[in-house]
Amino acid sequence: MATIYIDNQPYEVKDGQNLLQACLSLGFNVPYFCWHPALQSVGACRQCAVKQFKDENDTVGKIVMACMTPAANGTRISIDDVEAQAFRARMIELYMTNHPHDCPVCDEGGECHLQDMTVMSGHNYRSYRFTKRTYDNQDLGPFINHEMNRCIQCYRCTRFYNNYAGGRDFGPFASHNHVFFGRHEDGALESEFSGNLVEICPTGVFTDKTFKKHHSRAWDLQTAPSVCVHCGLGCNVTPGERYGELRRIRNRYNGEVNGYFLCDRGRFGYEFVNAETRVKEPLLRDDANTTLKAVSKNDALTRVRGLLRDGKVIGIGSPRATVESNYALRALVGAEKFYTGVAKTEHALTATMIDMMRHSPARVPSLREIGEADAVLVLGEDLTNVAPMMALQVYQALYRAMLPEAEKAGIPAWNDAPAREFIQNRRGFMAIAAPADTKLDAFAAVTQHIAPDEVARLGFAVAHEIDTSAPVVEGLSEEARKIAQAIAEGLKKAKRPLVITGPSCGSEDVLKGAFNVAAALCAQGADAALSFVMPECNSMGVGLLGGGALEDAVAAVESGAADTVVVLENDLYRRSEKGLVDRLLAGAKHIVVIDHTRNGVLERAEAVFPVATFVEGDGTLVNNEGRVQRCIQVMNPQEFVQESWRWLGEVCGTVWKNIDALQAELVKALPVFAGITDVVPGAEARFVGQRLPRQPHRYSGRTSMRANINVHEPKIAEDPDSAFTFSMEGFRGKVPGSVIPSYWTPGWNSVQGLSNFQEEVGGALCGGDPGVRLIASDKQAGYAGGAPVKAESRAGEKLVVALAHVFGSDELSALSAPVAERAPKPYMALNPADASELGVKDGDIVEVTVAGVALALPVQARPGLAVGLVGVPVGVVEVPAAQLPAWGVVKKRIEG
Amino acid sequence: MWTEIGWPLVVVAGVLFVVLNLAAVLIWMERRLLALWQDRYGPNRVGIFGVLQPVADMVKIFFKEDWVPPFADKVTFVMAPAIIVVTVLLSFVVVPFAPGVIVTDINIGILFFLAMSSLGVYSLALAGWASNNKYSLIGGMRTTAQMLAYEVFMGLSMMGVVIQAGSFSLTEIVEAQRGLWYCIPQCVGLVVFFVAGLAETHRIPFDLPEAEGELVAGFHSEYSGMKFGMFFVGEYLGITLISSLTVAMFFGGWLGPWLPPVLWFAIKTLIVLCLFILIRASLPRFRYDQLIEIGWKYMLPLSLVNLLVTGGVVLLMR
Amino acid sequence: MWSHLRTLWIVFLHTFQKRVTVQYPDVKPKIPPRWRGRIVLSRDPDGKERCVACYLCSVACPVGCITLQAGEDETGRRYPKLFRINFSRCVFCGLCEEACPTCAIQLTPDFEMCEYKRQNLVYEKEHLLISGCGKYPGYNFYNVAGLAIGGKGKGEAEHETPPVDVRSLML
Repeated sequence: MATIYIDNQPYEVKDGQNLLQACLSLGFNVPYFCWHPALQSVGACRQCAVKQFKDENDTVGKIVMACMTPAANGTRISIDDVEAQAFRARMIELYMTNHPHDCPVCDEGGECHLQDMTVMSGHNYRSYRFTKRTYDNQDLGPFINHEMNRCIQCYRCTRFYNNYAGGRDFGPFASHNHVFFGRHEDGALESEFSGNLVEICPTGVFTDKTFKKHHSRAWDLQTAPSVCVHCGLGCNVTPGERYGELRRIRNRYNGEVNGYFLCDRGRFGYEFVNAETRVKEPLLRDDANTTLKAVSKNDALTRVRGLLRDGKVIGIGSPRATVESNYALRALVGAEKFYTGVAKTEHALTATMIDMMRHSPARVPSLREIGEADAVLVLGEDLTNVAPMMALQVYQALYRAMLPEAEKAGIPAWNDAPAREFIQNRRGFMAIAAPADTKLDAFAAVTQHIAPDEVARLGFAVAHEIDTSAPVVEGLSEEARKIAQAIAEGLKKAKRPLVITGPSCGSEDVLKGAFNVAAALCAQGADAALSFVMPECNSMGVGLLGGGALEDAVAAVESGAADTVVVLENDLYRRSEKGLVDRLLAGAKHIVVIDHTRNGVLERAEAVFPVATFVEGDGTLVNNEGRVQRCIQVMNPQEFVQESWRWLGEVCGTVWKNIDALQAELVKALPVFAGITDVVPGAEARFVGQRLPRQPHRYSGRTSMRANINVHEPKIAEDPDSAFTFSMEGFRGKVPGSVIPSYWTPGWNSVQGLSNFQEEVGGALCGGDPGVRLIASDKQAGYAGGAPVKAESRAGEKLVVALAHVFGSDELSALSAPVAERAPKPYMALNPADASELGVKDGDIVEVTVAGVALALPVQARPGLAVGLVGVPVGVVEVPAAQLPAWGVVKKRIEG
Repeated sequence: MWTEIGWPLVVVAGVLFVVLNLAAVLIWMERRLLALWQDRYGPNRVGIFGVLQPVADMVKIFFKEDWVPPFADKVTFVMAPAIIVVTVLLSFVVVPFAPGVIVTDINIGILFFLAMSSLGVYSLALAGWASNNKYSLIGGMRTTAQMLAYEVFMGLSMMGVVIQAGSFSLTEIVEAQRGLWYCIPQCVGLVVFFVAGLAETHRIPFDLPEAEGELVAGFHSEYSGMKFGMFFVGEYLGITLISSLTVAMFFGGWLGPWLPPVLWFAIKTLIVLCLFILIRASLPRFRYDQLIEIGWKYMLPLSLVNLLVTGGVVLLMR
Repeated sequence: MWSHLRTLWIVFLHTFQKRVTVQYPDVKPKIPPRWRGRIVLSRDPDGKERCVACYLCSVACPVGCITLQAGEDETGRRYPKLFRINFSRCVFCGLCEEACPTCAIQLTPDFEMCEYKRQNLVYEKEHLLISGCGKYPGYNFYNVAGLAIGGKGKGEAEHETPPVDVRSLML
């Protein structure tokens, strides 16, 4: 701890910080632009000027930039000094000379850091009378709107996009007062993290294009804490609603998970909530030949109750439904008749991963901890496309691994520009083995593009190289052994090595290989970590609930043990082979579907209940590290739409009073979920006797929003499930991190106001970061045995592997138009060697039958794909990811 | 027969008719006069000069929801407005409008009036109590204290007149004023009586029981519809009563040349009524401590001195 | 005491003074132009809608009686797709007009807008939009804003230099 004096008052601050961090952590209002807690200092904007004094006798002092001055013991500064104040006011006046008169038509207005800082600095009258500089804008794709006139040249965008996120198609152009930030030409930003420019930019240069289409001011958005549903990482988000429509997704800080950033899939994939394909009323079908018709709630309930009473019922859960909904279904049909709704392979892989997490000698890291690893091994996963935020953290880990060297050279970690200058392109050690090239390859010391079985063998080999007591791999080539040795060397040097793997290869052996590497590193005394990628937002939760695989459900129906199937929020066609699902649906006499969006299974249903999406209902999701997190209802849905667990409660007659009651029952039935009740304060929680408001205190139009329907205002809706209220009245103050509806404190309207909710700037939220880890390892497991033998290649056949795409592979986000625009067209990737062997070139149509689906796709030669493999984009083509890899005969389509 | 039963009945009917209608007309008159002194018009839309305004008001007030708050003491709540109207009407029994035009000329007329006005306090106190509302209760309490203070010297101020006339009968008091109205010798008594009258009828500047600035509407906060109307009728009847008594005791009642006696009485009463309204148009409300101070520290001694001097003078003159 | 009597006399003298009441509706009063009456949405001198749907009026409204939804036409010009004022809630405080950065929302001297049904007091955009500039002639927000719209490209507003050529290192 160091003692610094601010305006002659002593304060204790943490060592190794700069003055700006220290001042903000202490709660002082110091204006700044270029500094960001995640990007650190460059001292470009000159806005955080304070006056520093030599000692208590120094009355003259000198103006310094707070972000560039270490908060060393005994530092004496003045924030309120008249000269420093005047300096800050003049600085901002300079920034404002070219800033356009745009606030009314700028989407940033009302949550603009520049507005806040202008007010904070006290510049309120413009004395500049000359012309303003202008720029032409660029079309940056469907996500980001560009309005370059508003730029104040703080360089934050490029520091995030290029330095922090590793993007390469963006940067500063031109010189002097003409500096321009953009691409070399019009076109969509390639980075998966471009959406963060919206929050990084202190003004309105980069704004959310999807939000612009249905723009509302930040003060008009009804918000509540929620969790992203588009991958297994469980990033925290703040959805904003207005007029019954989900308007946008913003990052919600969780120091342990996503920190300050989100990927574009999570940020822009929300439109499925507003989609035309939503089901909004209960539907019933009279007989097989009629169409589904909207009916009253009672009719639907009566019919379904009858079906469930008379039939032999099984329930099929879903990895995209909440823990509560899956549990409610399990309670309805009974534990032994509950199926997880994923195909056998994925089901088994999930079980294996959970088992490994329970017994692994290596720790399971949170996303923050992934960012602190100093060497990384990725086995079989394309992180950028499967779990983008994890890729971003891995990228940070590689950079941060070099920071100690910079510190040795006397550069503090927060001094970003010299640190990067010192580190240059050196990065921490990373090795990637996957069937195809990935974006992270560019930063890896070792990359291997090999078939899934070879990935597994490589994993075992690395483990054996690290610790000879690990299982030996038979028949390893010398070349492969050398690579394994190189990887082992790289990992062994690290203090906090990290192994990442997942189910994308569809191989348990890959998981075992990764497990063994982590175990071997632990055996060597390293603080190793083992992280798994989960395919969907609640794969882990369903895995913990247990139940049979989809194939077991089909068997139950075909054996006659069941004739009525309740399908919960699950488009089975996406999760298993078409033939299998068809057999299930054909075999069942009655199909009840509980879902929010129309899909193939829903169209076959006899009865359909419309359910809430993650923003319309309450529920919890378990992410890849076993962290259970809560989605709190953001908006009041349409009349009939409610959470699946509520429908199921009404169907079986045991209506749970609220989510707390259901969770209490869940914990009693399945003690593994014990932490679920501690995620957020319960529905009965009150803060100074009040509920928490979802609407900002400036929420407008409350007496006119519904006036066209009825001039008499209705009573506000009640929320039985959380401490929140659908109102602008309630407690606004320090609340637990899990229930912060939005970041607003006086003077801080922009997202930067977040620092007022953190214990220290960039650290945990006050009262701890949200989420509760459900799984603790007993560290009992030894090496997973049985290194796989090299798979025989089949004559005339090729192994079709899944190629994930950040845009397109996820079910729900692909329903969002901007994301769909960025999704790839169906294609088939081939190694150029294989392509020439087949005699095809790019664009030729190639046919393959895989998992019972005949595909005819244009060829795309991809040198990064291992020879002998064929890659298809999952989610874009009809083959479910869970069915891959699979063998198939690939042949050129014969024209005519 | 006619003079024993018939004529008194006619007088009773006449008095009731005139007095009750006067209350309604007074509402109109007050609004018109207030407007006049405030350079406005006042009600001028309903009928000629707006004279039918009270009729419209009555129609409205009868159609209002007759609501008793669920938390109120129901019986007392309903009774309270009736009490004030009944007591004030009973007081009119002793008012001599003209020779022979009096309901009953009892020889303790003034005492009867004092008794009735004391009973009237119950109305307001009970209304305040029964409403079960803190503002109403405060209003009720204020009335009680105010009435207690002012009734003492109201009675004393009238005693000077009684001493001079040698009778409690109002008819005899009027007759005794032939030659010189008591407003000259009893000028101090007149002032004290008039001030006490203002307070008795809780008119501005002594309307503390219903001070809307602080007590919503005081004792009648919870009242609506005709029950609310009854309080107003009571108030205007009270003003008329005090005016009539002032005329009878200090301005020679019906005495006057040329015109018929009833007309003289009416004209004089009307002038005093106008004075009531002029005061309302001009003076702000006193503070509560000022009200009590005026009563006990100035008016009571003044009336006692007046009584002493009058008594002494009468004794000397004898 | 004396002051009380003097007051009575002064007030009594008002008997002989002229009345100030204007006999509305027989006599129409003269309402000053800055009277805060019925709210309108004005147009800029080109005849285009002035409102740019910035939501400032709705947030300034103390009773929350203004609601709107921003839209954008194909040239990038912002406009309100929906603009609704619930006059049964409006207190005619004029804060919306003060907040308006484009002089679009204006209060007018018209106050005769009673209705027998409250529902009829809900005014939509077509009821609010007038054809002229209202009180503030000549002002055109887009002429001073940096945003490019149809008919006005970058650098064509008042006090603007032409767009920077980012590929040049020279001035």
